[in-house]
Amino acid sequence: MIQAPDLPLWATILVSLLLVAGALVTLVGTLGLLRLKNFYDRVHAPTLGPTLGALLILAGSTICFSVLQSRPVVHEILIGLFVTLTTPVTLILLARAAIYRDRSEGILPVPPDVVSRTAETRVDGDG
Amino acid sequence: MRLVPHPFLTLALLLMWILLTGFSPGHVLLGGLVAILTSRAMLSLKPEPARVRFGLPMLRLAVIVSADIIRSNIAVARIVLFRPRERKSGFIHLPTELRSPYALAVLAIIVTATPGSLWVQHDARRHIILIHVLDLIDEEEWVRQLKHRYERLLMEIFE
Amino acid sequence: MSIIFFALAITASQILLGLAMACATFRMLRGPRAQDRILALDALYVCAMLLLVTYGVQTGRTLYFESALVIGLLGFTGTVALGKFLMRGEVIE
Repeated sequence: MIQAPDLPLWATILVSLLLVAGALVTLVGTLGLLRLKNFYDRVHAPTLGPTLGALLILAGSTICFSVLQSRPVVHEILIGLFVTLTTPVTLILLARAAIYRDRSEGILPVPPDVVSRTAETRVDGDG
Repeated sequence: MRLVPHPFLTLALLLMWILLTGFSPGHVLLGGLVAILTSRAMLSLKPEPARVRFGLPMLRLAVIVSADIIRSNIAVARIVLFRPRERKSGFIHLPTELRSPYALAVLAIIVTATPGSLWVQHDARRHIILIHVLDLIDEEEWVRQLKHRYERLLMEIFE
Repeated sequence: MSIIFFALAITASQILLGLAMACATFRMLRGPRAQDRILALDALYVCAMLLLVTYGVQTGRTLYFESALVIGLLGFTGTVALGKFLMRGEVIE
């Protein structure tokens, strides 16, 4: 599909570089999902996409639309802020769920007693 | 009872409205109305009041965190692509002096958003944070780095 | 000339993001455990969102931006709900 907006040459080169670089960083991040060996290593890999990958691609998009409409278009900042703030929340929640499950099953070596005993028994009582 | 109970939240909502719809007097008026009404919803939640000091430490923290995110992105990409043999990952325990829940929340976001380190758990009684690190060379070094780079500035901002 | 170059660059980045989505899908199908699948889902929706942004650049329309924002919102709530479900076995306590 040959379709692209008509931009001046400098913007074309800049936006192309930003988009390809961002996509590459995101790809490396998800590649980490395949190549790393255990779950706690794999949690680190997808942070590449939402931080640097999203930053590069959204910067490219911002430049593209700002040049197209010849006024600053900055609403991509919203996506950037939103993604960089929410992905850590998801990952923290997942890591806590994973460590809780691993502790109760005792398969992987995980540090046992960061949480005080009373909190642990309270959690057990809930489940 | 004041008209605008959470001025920063209201301002942020108004800004988001303008970014989404475009800048025009009508939208500023409508967005302002929506922002004032929705931010009143926070009244019934009664969040613990946050004391935030604006100024140079906040700016420095933002610069440091941005630089760290880019640097550790490259480090993690190298680990994924080349899989160095001698790398080992593991958990570290970070004893912290931060008490404010807002400061801890910001630290959690910073630690997790930086690829290569992941906040796992916070023990509120003993004030120890459990962090998983992808490239663990020296636990002491990591703890010193985290304390030196983020905790000191967060203390200045929040406590 | 420069338009063809630009179109090729955009298509290349879309292919790269598609490959990234394939990696995430593979991990989601493979598992081995539930937390791996949810992690892959998280990566998958972020890639889909970025892919939509590149479509927005390709067509020059801001319509795609809104759908990207919606994917971001729904993906976040979805993965958080799933993560919470793993922890306690229920989403809302």
